[in-house]
Amino acid sequence: MAQAATLNATQEGNPTGWKRWVMSTNHKDIGTMYLFFAIIAGLVGGFLSIAMRLELQEPGLQYFTNPQTYNVFVTGHGLIMVFFVVMPALIGGFGNWFVPLMIGAPDMAFPRMNNISFWLLPAALGLLIISLFVEGAPGSDGFGGGWTVYPPLATMGHPGPALDFGILSLHLAGASSILGAINFITTILNMRAPGMTMHKMPLFAWAILVTAFLLLLSLPVLAGAITMLLTDRNFGTAFFDSANGGDPILYQHLFWFFGHPEVYIMILPGFGMISHIISTFSKKPIFGYLGMAYAMVAIGAVGFIVWAHHMYTAGLALNTQRYFMFATMVIAVPTGVKIFSWIATMWGGSIRFTAPMQWAMGFIFLFTIGGVTGIVLANAGIDRNLHNTYYVVAHFHYVLSLGAVFSIFAGFYYWFPKMSGRIIPDWIGIFHFWVAFVGSNVLFFPMHFTGLSGMPRHYVDYPEAFAGWNRISSYGSYIFAAGLLIFFYGILRAYLSPVRAVNNPWGEGAKTLEWTLSSPPPHHQFDMLPRFSGSGH
Amino acid sequence: MSEAPSPRIASNRTTLIACVALVGVMVGAAYAAVPLYRLFCQLTGFGGTTQVASVAPENALAQSISVRFDANVAPGLPWTFKAETQVTTLKIGETATIFYKITNNAAEPVTAQATYNVQPDLAGAYFNKLQCFCFTDLTLKPGETLDVPVVFFVDPALVTDKDIATLDTITLSYTFFPSKSRKTPVAELTEPPKPQL
Repeated sequence: MAQAATLNATQEGNPTGWKRWVMSTNHKDIGTMYLFFAIIAGLVGGFLSIAMRLELQEPGLQYFTNPQTYNVFVTGHGLIMVFFVVMPALIGGFGNWFVPLMIGAPDMAFPRMNNISFWLLPAALGLLIISLFVEGAPGSDGFGGGWTVYPPLATMGHPGPALDFGILSLHLAGASSILGAINFITTILNMRAPGMTMHKMPLFAWAILVTAFLLLLSLPVLAGAITMLLTDRNFGTAFFDSANGGDPILYQHLFWFFGHPEVYIMILPGFGMISHIISTFSKKPIFGYLGMAYAMVAIGAVGFIVWAHHMYTAGLALNTQRYFMFATMVIAVPTGVKIFSWIATMWGGSIRFTAPMQWAMGFIFLFTIGGVTGIVLANAGIDRNLHNTYYVVAHFHYVLSLGAVFSIFAGFYYWFPKMSGRIIPDWIGIFHFWVAFVGSNVLFFPMHFTGLSGMPRHYVDYPEAFAGWNRISSYGSYIFAAGLLIFFYGILRAYLSPVRAVNNPWGEGAKTLEWTLSSPPPHHQFDMLPRFSGSGH
Repeated sequence: MSEAPSPRIASNRTTLIACVALVGVMVGAAYAAVPLYRLFCQLTGFGGTTQVASVAPENALAQSISVRFDANVAPGLPWTFKAETQVTTLKIGETATIFYKITNNAAEPVTAQATYNVQPDLAGAYFNKLQCFCFTDLTLKPGETLDVPVVFFVDPALVTDKDIATLDTITLSYTFFPSKSRKTPVAELTEPPKPQL
């Protein structure tokens, strides 16, 4: 508490103008910038996906004269959505905003490092955008090898500098995330308010803590792998070049050692947010708090030993495949603990179907569908048939596009009054939810059918036989995109309206510390550190 | 920041250092994976890596197996490369010698090296070579022809591996690539190729 008082006494006035943002060391302002950045990047990534759906609406080539350009769009869509939308929104945005508030800390542990974490990201996105416009494969611009960047396509198939820009972009984005992760770990471990033990910490803080550890352990491996790609491409090394004794399969192992934890990095913060939303609008504490916290720890830990289930067709020994199959299925257990605990929290609760609550319930339903198709794909025998088909595309969009993205919208509608001090009318959030729910299911559910009947991913064209479901998928994507107009209309309405949010607009179900502050919170909160007692999560 | 580090700033610093060290360890682990993975492949035959043996087994089994020989040349290498025997049938455990014929069709000396692989991948652990010509730079003069031997046996332990006990054919595949070290005189980060004789 003495520390907080000292910090407060030496503070200068609140910075204004461009200095407030560009030179910001304030976790709330940096969180706002992360969210803003994620929305902008989301529009870019969304534009790429709409272009893909326009092309796939009918068989034959409609819009893309060069099929390679379509693959560049696929790759750009994947990388942007993973590294520049979902991660910045969930971790940088909501994590920065609410971890310090929820644990009663005045700010993040390293505020200046927080600033550089954010500002590395626009630079990284800039490099990725440049990569779309410089030569990759001979005669066409951009890198078209998918977000996994497998060699030898990445080492030999794209002699132009596009992929080099892409690799450097991932280096910067990775450095940004690692610095952010270090900041979160230090903040959560050292700066909790007096009395807030780890076992009393809100679940969102737990989620961010586990996520930060996953980032810290997995991103350096990606950095190493893509650095090897870079030196293979430009400096004559042969890590992945079989002509000189390297092994391209090694890249797949390194990539998925990062890539599988990465999918939990994208969903765990959502798990944390959904827990708070469900608890708030059921007016009950979360069911099985400790189980929920340790389920996330378990998902994080097991997430590191299942990577080769992405590689069933790479020639693994059957016993290796058996191991990865069973290890993968084990993840269903802690995930099930979470799903059932959310349902048990709602059970017998006084439920209010507000916009964030509907988004959260939509999340649980759709994430469960994605989880179930994940169990299907975990079977090596079935996967041999479904590998690289649209069934896989459907699976990971159900857990990420309908899972992680729905949790982002749920969190946004839940915390928007706290962040801005303004109110989005509830009907707008609900309307947006139903449009997005219908749109995304119309978009992605048919992909299960096209995938099961054998339609492969990463192709600009397809046989006539797949035309029907592809047309419906495309219609769904337009519906989902129309939902975004409702979202932006809601934000506009909130800023044009004179209505202001009270400290706690959600009533007595909302128990975490951020609701004890004004809306928006003061520039520097907790001049007097809150004393924490009781259980209240 | 205050002048004298308070206990909290000190503990923040400790956490920071621990996290940075963890990142360093993981980057190191990624690079350590390269030699470890090679070692792992050699020990287990993972991904069709064949085994190098120095002695042939004493007893052959009664069961026979066919071995097919495949020869490929990477695009841009002006060589002709053929197996003189397309397929041979031998007892499991029996040692056999076959020859590949390499011809340089270019008007200048060309250096290349071969990589090899076994299909199915799972058989790699049981395919033992006593002598072969892989991973060494081989220079042929214009028009020169060379016969290179491969001496090998199939490990009798194959029949106890339930994944491939009923296997009746193994394919040994060689591909010659233009030597990369000649084209780009940059220090090789990989280990220098070892002659496998």
